[in-house]
Amino acid sequence: MKSSRKIFVQFVICMIFFSVIGILVNNLTVNLIRTGLGFNFNWLIKPASFALAEYPLPYSPSDSYAWALFIGWLNSLKVIISSLLVSTLLGTIIGFARTGKNSLLSFLSAGYITIIRQTPLLLQLMFWYFVGFLGLKDDMSIHIKDIFKISNQGIELSVFTLTSEFSALLLGLSIFTSAYIAEVIRGGILSVPRGQWEAFRSLGVSERKGLISIIIPQALPAIIPGLTSQYLNLAKNSTLAIAVGYSDIYAINDTIINQTGRAIECFMILLTSFLVLNLLISNSMEIINRIIINARKYN
Amino acid sequence: MNPIVIAKNLTKSYTKGLRALDNVSLTVNQGKVLVVMGPSGSGKSTLIRTFNGLETFDRGELNVLGINIEPNHDERKIQKIRRRVGMVFQQFNLFPHLSILENITLAPVHVQKRSQIEAEDYGMYLLSQMGIDSHAKKYPSQLSGGEQQRVAIARALALKPELLLFDEPTSALDPERINEVLDAMRRLAEQGMTMIVVTHEIGFAKDVSDQVLFMDSGKVIETSTPEIFFSNAQHERSRKFLNQLDKQ
Ligand SMILES: Nc1ncnc2c1ncn2[C@@H]1O[C@H](COP(=O)(O)OP(=O)(O)OP(=O)(O)O)[C@@H](O)[C@H]1O
Ligand SMILES: [Mg+2]
Repeated sequence: MKSSRKIFVQFVICMIFFSVIGILVNNLTVNLIRTGLGFNFNWLIKPASFALAEYPLPYSPSDSYAWALFIGWLNSLKVIISSLLVSTLLGTIIGFARTGKNSLLSFLSAGYITIIRQTPLLLQLMFWYFVGFLGLKDDMSIHIKDIFKISNQGIELSVFTLTSEFSALLLGLSIFTSAYIAEVIRGGILSVPRGQWEAFRSLGVSERKGLISIIIPQALPAIIPGLTSQYLNLAKNSTLAIAVGYSDIYAINDTIINQTGRAIECFMILLTSFLVLNLLISNSMEIINRIIINARKYN
Repeated sequence: MNPIVIAKNLTKSYTKGLRALDNVSLTVNQGKVLVVMGPSGSGKSTLIRTFNGLETFDRGELNVLGINIEPNHDERKIQKIRRRVGMVFQQFNLFPHLSILENITLAPVHVQKRSQIEAEDYGMYLLSQMGIDSHAKKYPSQLSGGEQQRVAIARALALKPELLLFDEPTSALDPERINEVLDAMRRLAEQGMTMIVVTHEIGFAKDVSDQVLFMDSGKVIETSTPEIFFSNAQHERSRKFLNQLDKQ
């Protein structure tokens, strides 16, 4: 009786699954026929004929759509990797402050984490872009000698300049993600038994040294998986770049869809781009995880 | 007589109105062994943990190794004392990610700035004293409880402490493993180590201790020599406690 019911349930699930796929394929075919565009990727080699505000590699409107998409992908990679680094640094500091003995710091970081996590990322991005950067009047700027300057043109460092779009996105993504990373770090630290703190303290080992040699190595196995999922979220959240006008892979796809009507192809490209990005991130983290587990000679 | 620990009227509450320590006074002289007994929650751990600053206290005076500890001490000052006071915990608290020898050399190398080779030589000497030098390269999880606790004692000895604190060192051990740890502690006492030991091992207390301190509800009920305490305890509360221990 039981197994026949199981088979029936599985049959129903399969039916639903295939019906949904069928409807989607049908819609696709109907749409393609209506627009008169065949499903192909030949258009990729045609000139894109739109300008980009920033490009890590040489780009001009006469370059192909494919090249424009690649530039967009690089722009995404650029903002994801830099936000990943900044948010990890910031999140670690705040996570430690949150668990530390200093009650003022702990209170401030708790407040930071709460406020950041309670407001939508889109709102925060808009805030940094429109209030933080564009809100600055033309004659307003914050600078430290010639080394560092913030104005409505973005962030200027002596060696390179970051546009205000990139800066706002970097700031918004980093701050947003850092609040989650801080919680991951805090959870990791709390997973180490109290006795470990008492043991190193009773030996006269300083808090700093104890944290580095005793607590962090034991907290890492609990931190890495949480960190990985925050990094994946960060990558996905980076598509909100379009809100501040940064030319990431999503924004460029959007432009191309408007120009060419190649929505299906573009979405496939977009999905593949993110698959590659996220596989890159999760595989790197898996490698780090392996290294940590292999370095651990105890159970 | 050189006093190592002098406590006067130590008082501490974790929660308002509930005293974990209530006017505790005691003196431990150099080379002596003090055993602390008392029912669960009587404040034994809290008391010995104030001696190396793992706990603060609210009122009273405390002098350890000639250094005054303030009620709300700062971390820097207490580190100086911790370098001269060893502690052994009920749950061993070995560092699981470090080898046995690394557990022992961590503090000498980083706190006393000794060379790695010097610290390892002395660490091996301590391990052989504890009869576990063959395990030096292993990790804590590969050792039995009794062996782990002997490693913990070796680790506490690595800084050549002038005072050793033990908080129920055998309570987490299987009965057949208890003696190997108590024997190691006996040898330390014979070598003249000053020790304060929270334990309910009557045999150990009778043989090794110079004084027994009995606590209840944060108060010192009685301080006697072991001869008097175990045969002719002065207080009703102590006698009751000993009766219960006998029954177990
Ligand atoms: N960190 C803490 N926070 C709040 N209360 C505590 C804390 N540590 C101990 N106490 C309380 O202080 C009292 C004394 O505790 P303590 O651990 O010193 O007792 P103990 O004699 O060592 O007991 P046991 O034999 O169970 O180890 C108890 O009432 C306990 O509940
Ligand atoms: Mg206790």
